[in-house]
Amino acid sequence: MSTLSFNQITKRFGSLTANDSITLSLGDSEIMALLGENGAGKTTLMNILFGHYVADEGSIEIDGQMLPPGSTEAAIKAGVGMVHQHFTLADNLTVIENIVLGTESLWNWRQDMTAARRKLVDMSEAYSLVINPDALVADLSVGERQRVEIMKALYRDARILILDEPTAVLTPQETENLFITLRSLTDKGLSVIFISHKLHEILAISDHVAVLRRGKIVGTIQTVDADRNGLAEMMVGKAVIRPQLESMEPGAPILTISGLSATSHDKLPLLKSIDLIIHAHEIIGIAGVAGNGQVALADVLSGLNQQYSGALELHNETLTDAGPSEFVARGIGRIPEDRHARGMIGDMDIWENLISEDLRSKQVSRWKTIINKKVAIDRAERLIDSYDVRCKGPLAQTKLLSGGNIQKLILARALSPKPDFILANQPVRGLDEGAIAYVHEQLFAARKRGAAILLISEDLDELLSLCDRIAVIYQGELSPALPASSRTVTELGLMMAGQAVQPTPKNEELYSSVKFSAGGTNAN
Amino acid sequence: MQIELRDHTSLLRAGMAPIAAVFATLVICSALILWADVPVLEAYALLFKGAFGSSFALKETFTRSIPLMLTGLAVAVAFRSKFYNIGAEGQLYAGALASVYFGTGLIDLPVFIMVPFLLLVGALAGGALLLVPVLLKTKLKVDEVVTTLLLNFVMLLMVSYLIEGPWRDPMAMGWPQTASIVDNGVLPALLTKGRLHAGLIVALLAAVLVWAVMRFTVLGYEIKAVGFNAKAAEFSGINVNKTVVYTALISGGLAGIAGVSEVAGLKGYLTLDLSPGFGYTGVAVAMLARLHPLSVVPAALFLSSIYVGADSMSRAVNIPTYIADVLVGVSVLAILVCVMLTQYKIRFRQ
Repeated sequence: MSTLSFNQITKRFGSLTANDSITLSLGDSEIMALLGENGAGKTTLMNILFGHYVADEGSIEIDGQMLPPGSTEAAIKAGVGMVHQHFTLADNLTVIENIVLGTESLWNWRQDMTAARRKLVDMSEAYSLVINPDALVADLSVGERQRVEIMKALYRDARILILDEPTAVLTPQETENLFITLRSLTDKGLSVIFISHKLHEILAISDHVAVLRRGKIVGTIQTVDADRNGLAEMMVGKAVIRPQLESMEPGAPILTISGLSATSHDKLPLLKSIDLIIHAHEIIGIAGVAGNGQVALADVLSGLNQQYSGALELHNETLTDAGPSEFVARGIGRIPEDRHARGMIGDMDIWENLISEDLRSKQVSRWKTIINKKVAIDRAERLIDSYDVRCKGPLAQTKLLSGGNIQKLILARALSPKPDFILANQPVRGLDEGAIAYVHEQLFAARKRGAAILLISEDLDELLSLCDRIAVIYQGELSPALPASSRTVTELGLMMAGQAVQPTPKNEELYSSVKFSAGGTNAN
Repeated sequence: MQIELRDHTSLLRAGMAPIAAVFATLVICSALILWADVPVLEAYALLFKGAFGSSFALKETFTRSIPLMLTGLAVAVAFRSKFYNIGAEGQLYAGALASVYFGTGLIDLPVFIMVPFLLLVGALAGGALLLVPVLLKTKLKVDEVVTTLLLNFVMLLMVSYLIEGPWRDPMAMGWPQTASIVDNGVLPALLTKGRLHAGLIVALLAAVLVWAVMRFTVLGYEIKAVGFNAKAAEFSGINVNKTVVYTALISGGLAGIAGVSEVAGLKGYLTLDLSPGFGYTGVAVAMLARLHPLSVVPAALFLSSIYVGADSMSRAVNIPTYIADVLVGVSVLAILVCVMLTQYKIRFRQ
């Protein structure tokens, strides 16, 4: 008998059928992967299970008992625990306080933690989840925070654990640790639903895979019978081939960063004397765990932060005191990390967003005052067409587009002026396979025509397949950029964790030579 | 209970929203009228008659709407860029002070120069006053709600001091008021009878001008962009602080013009009761208009009709004029709820 079963679950939002009679079952001690692109209906299904939504049709059974629809309380009581992608922890409380939060009665006079502490210690031992209960959550690493989230669910006696994109924020080593934890949980009889779109992880951890596409289950297979390409094809509906990097000789230096340092508002160092030269026809990748200076580096390279020391030169001309508009005007294209918060203004129309970077240019406005709407609409139509943006037209509101289409708009705005240097910060985060392939193609096309590209990413596979050279950023320090072909995931993973940072040769020596293949191998 | 986004908003539903809101307001406020022991229908009939029932009533409603349009526009522009200017009241008095300073004899020009000149100095004074909170916000991140609000009281005390002291009109037989605006500075009357003055034209022109700026210009684009998403605007190369400063100058300027219009169009001189809270009601006008500059005109007319009608009603039956404030407050809430219901629907769980 299965522990959890979905029977013919259907959920409609207006004309959209988010879940179309989904039937799935999960047994004891099993790890089921739920695979699907954004908008395939994974989150909707989990929200129905967790009682956030009520299904229009169908039912859910746990241990043969019908789960009352629309009640989160009932779901938790039945043993469902959810670990969200974005953690729901209070930074200023300790681990144990976060874990018991919400389980106590509001009418207690005082907090009695002894019972909770005992339970927590028992849990820690049973599942070999090591964590100091009195540590402040603010001081924990991302991997540890995730462990706290899992313990939060276990503390509520969860037997079915749902993990929504759990590896998005982890280093490869932390991911390994998570998988070990998950195995020890299933050994104790727990069942796990693992939501992801990273195929290699699903292949590594799950027992069987359910693939969702456009609200429907397109297949359920045993993981042992699955392979990467087959799953990708099931998920997308057609074979998707990610473009391959063509080998190309680097050209003249485009952007030179020397001795770049920046500090936070409270004077903590964010970037420590970074040196890097990016040449034409070259993609350099910056690997690193989030929070190691990527944001500070991107802020400087997109013109947002002018309070840095060191020098930034584009074509041997300094960029000191230049803001975002001047960056764009001088030939720098920028793809921001957060496409919703920074990239596009959701409440504005598509045509408006496509002129935001050159409002006062001759093409866009008359006398730098009155917007030439006709020209702007023409531009929007042209870009929508050439960047294949799926939308109702230039007058559509931007926030109505999918993440992939918003990213295409950002690419259109950043790349259509043919910039010499491109800063691509997490350009495919959260995108589905088709959109990822598209973004990669566009970056390759830019490289081919002679652009210099800096790619910041937390996804090592992406970096290894896209970059000519890769550097690792750790606590504000940048390692030398060495040829991607000489790098391995393990090595990069260790460097991202701050271990075994190799003795670096003097940067000048490395960068003075344009022929990097030679310099790179020597350094290793 | 769940709130869900509607697939589309039908025209009928969108058109019905304001009507439903007005109806809901009347129903809710009838409880207070019943409490005052007055027949509800009679009270509302008196209110309606007092606002629209005669040419005198209509003229009064229009006259009262002039400062509301201008302060409503001031608030709408500022709120568009998410600069929460609650200080239109103080900026109105700043404009009034400027018009009195220049308009009571210091300068005398032909009427077609003098009137625009007074409007200009009033706008500058209102804008200059708002510059203080703006700089505090952009330089030191001081919350503008607090500073703009508190400056209102500073301005009121300032006016109080001036009209009791140095600026008191010696001819006013001891009343605390300033001297009168010179004849050439007075906004001409629009109709032979009644108090309706050229301020109405100024307010309507201002509404059209603000609408055009917001819709067609780079500055309008930047104001909207900063309001919708300041981080994205900054990333695109828009100077956020500069945009907020321009927004504040426009916003304070409009409120300052409201002060000039009241002094030079209606009262003729400055007293401490020049504005019965026009600056605060401007927030309600702007919210009612959903920050759209052209919608500010009907919104201001609607609220002024409530105030004028309630004044008239309270003279006829035993209901205090404060009922107008309740009606205005409830109607703003009702409109906001009704507009939300055109875009969302509420589903109750079984």
